[in-house]
Amino acid sequence: MIDAALILQQLVNAIALGGTYALLALGLAVVFSIMGLINFAHGELMTIAGYVLMACGLIGLPFGLAVPLAVMGAMLAAVAMERIAFRPVRNASAATMLVTSFAVAMILQVLFQNLISARSQPVIIPDFLSTSLQIGGFVIGVNKVFAIVLTMIMLVALELFMTRQKHGIAMRAAAEDFDVARLMGIRADTVIAGAFALSGMLAGVAAVLWVAQRGSADPLMGFTPVLKAFIAAILGGLGSLKGAVAGGMMLGFIEVFLAAFLPSAWQEFREPIALSLVVLILVARPNGLIPAAALKAQKA
Amino acid sequence: MRVAPLLELRGLNVRYGAVEAVRGIDIVIERGEIVALLGANGAGKSSTMNTIVGLTPVAGGRVFFDQDDITNRPAELMPQLGLTLAPEGRRVFGTLSVEDNLAMGAYAASDRAAIRDAYERVFDLFPILAERRRQFAGTLSGGQQQMLAIGRALMCSPKLLLLDEPSLGLAPKIVEQVFSLLETLRARDVTLFVVEQNVAQALAIADRAYMMASGRIVDSGPAAAMRDERALEAVYLGHD
Repeated sequence: MIDAALILQQLVNAIALGGTYALLALGLAVVFSIMGLINFAHGELMTIAGYVLMACGLIGLPFGLAVPLAVMGAMLAAVAMERIAFRPVRNASAATMLVTSFAVAMILQVLFQNLISARSQPVIIPDFLSTSLQIGGFVIGVNKVFAIVLTMIMLVALELFMTRQKHGIAMRAAAEDFDVARLMGIRADTVIAGAFALSGMLAGVAAVLWVAQRGSADPLMGFTPVLKAFIAAILGGLGSLKGAVAGGMMLGFIEVFLAAFLPSAWQEFREPIALSLVVLILVARPNGLIPAAALKAQKA
Repeated sequence: MRVAPLLELRGLNVRYGAVEAVRGIDIVIERGEIVALLGANGAGKSSTMNTIVGLTPVAGGRVFFDQDDITNRPAELMPQLGLTLAPEGRRVFGTLSVEDNLAMGAYAASDRAAIRDAYERVFDLFPILAERRRQFAGTLSGGQQQMLAIGRALMCSPKLLLLDEPSLGLAPKIVEQVFSLLETLRARDVTLFVVEQNVAQALAIADRAYMMASGRIVDSGPAAAMRDERALEAVYLGHD
């Protein structure tokens, strides 16, 4: 017998996890929609934010200050990444850019392993995040509420930026037609650096949520979530921002509900079953849940 | 002293790899003119336009605008100079509202009063855009999208507006509207350089025209004279 409280509980978990995937998928989508690069070094931006959190804890800074510093650290790293690694290959093929992003990821991982530690480092997380709230019949972890609230704030802020702000609108214009955007006086350098800053910010917030669940940071911590975010971005429709959110949420739901309701004998096949579901959705909707506009225009 | 022309191309060359799309052309456009650039598909007309505004690199020769050498200057800097292109195929931002498309046209402008004036001018020319300002540009009809593409280009208050095939794919009635609009724009001190395959209609409104074939200028002169030449050719050679 499945009771309502359990479903509600898992719903909260699914939104919390899906929201984190959504933020990461959004970061990948923002950069991809502007310059056609799938940035696999996105995970290392998370790792950098994780280490900033760790360092802040070590020197005794309050968590409320550590979070914005971690997000800023990921933003700066993203902008530096673009300037140093991706600008020289901006007009190269998609494959060249992809390989460049792998190189950036590996170089950073080796640097983390040698300059910080190959092993997982504890990150001090404030106690209140590990407490739970009791609402009616069910218990909900404060860290889940924290994740959901922070995700919602980010999504609303991003939506406002993209629809109300001149620079956000320019970013959407450049994603749709880069040459015509340049004709309007929108500078390629500015809009690409802006896209990276935005993706860094999203990776930084996702890292805070990821680390808050685990209480540790390690050199490879970004790999799994970004792989999941990549799947989510494809599921949603690569390059589409709304699709990235839909894909992230969908993947979060699939994972959490399989973990909760799959019979225990089947649990070891959870990941392949989740991916099979993703493939099934893509068979039905090959361009993803909410395809990017540029792709639609091409098809028309 | 002679006033320098608004636009001057000297020996302009454009290549795509081994292919020479434009082979050393000279074009002069004076202030207040409507000049047509005519020719068949693949003659190099669009390459010429894209190269003037910096979207395609100059392989040889020079581009002068308003007494300034702008050869190979990046496209982003053109609106500030007062030079813009309404590209072939309209290319409005379909996922942006009509209003946001216009806002992007004024992206390079910083003077708020000038931007407000530009909106007023565009809405005055195209009342339909004012009516549909909150609609996504992708949902407009072809003719309305062409109005928006021209309106968007006008938002930077250009001295010279390049138009690449403004009548392409439009119904005959809308085509007439577009051509009469070009005359209205000239009356408002916008100099126009127009690529057209619709030769008869282009020559009817242009002051002068250049004819391109295989990357070269093969004929040029006052539009009236070129109209007569065409009529003569039609009589003797049975064209058209």
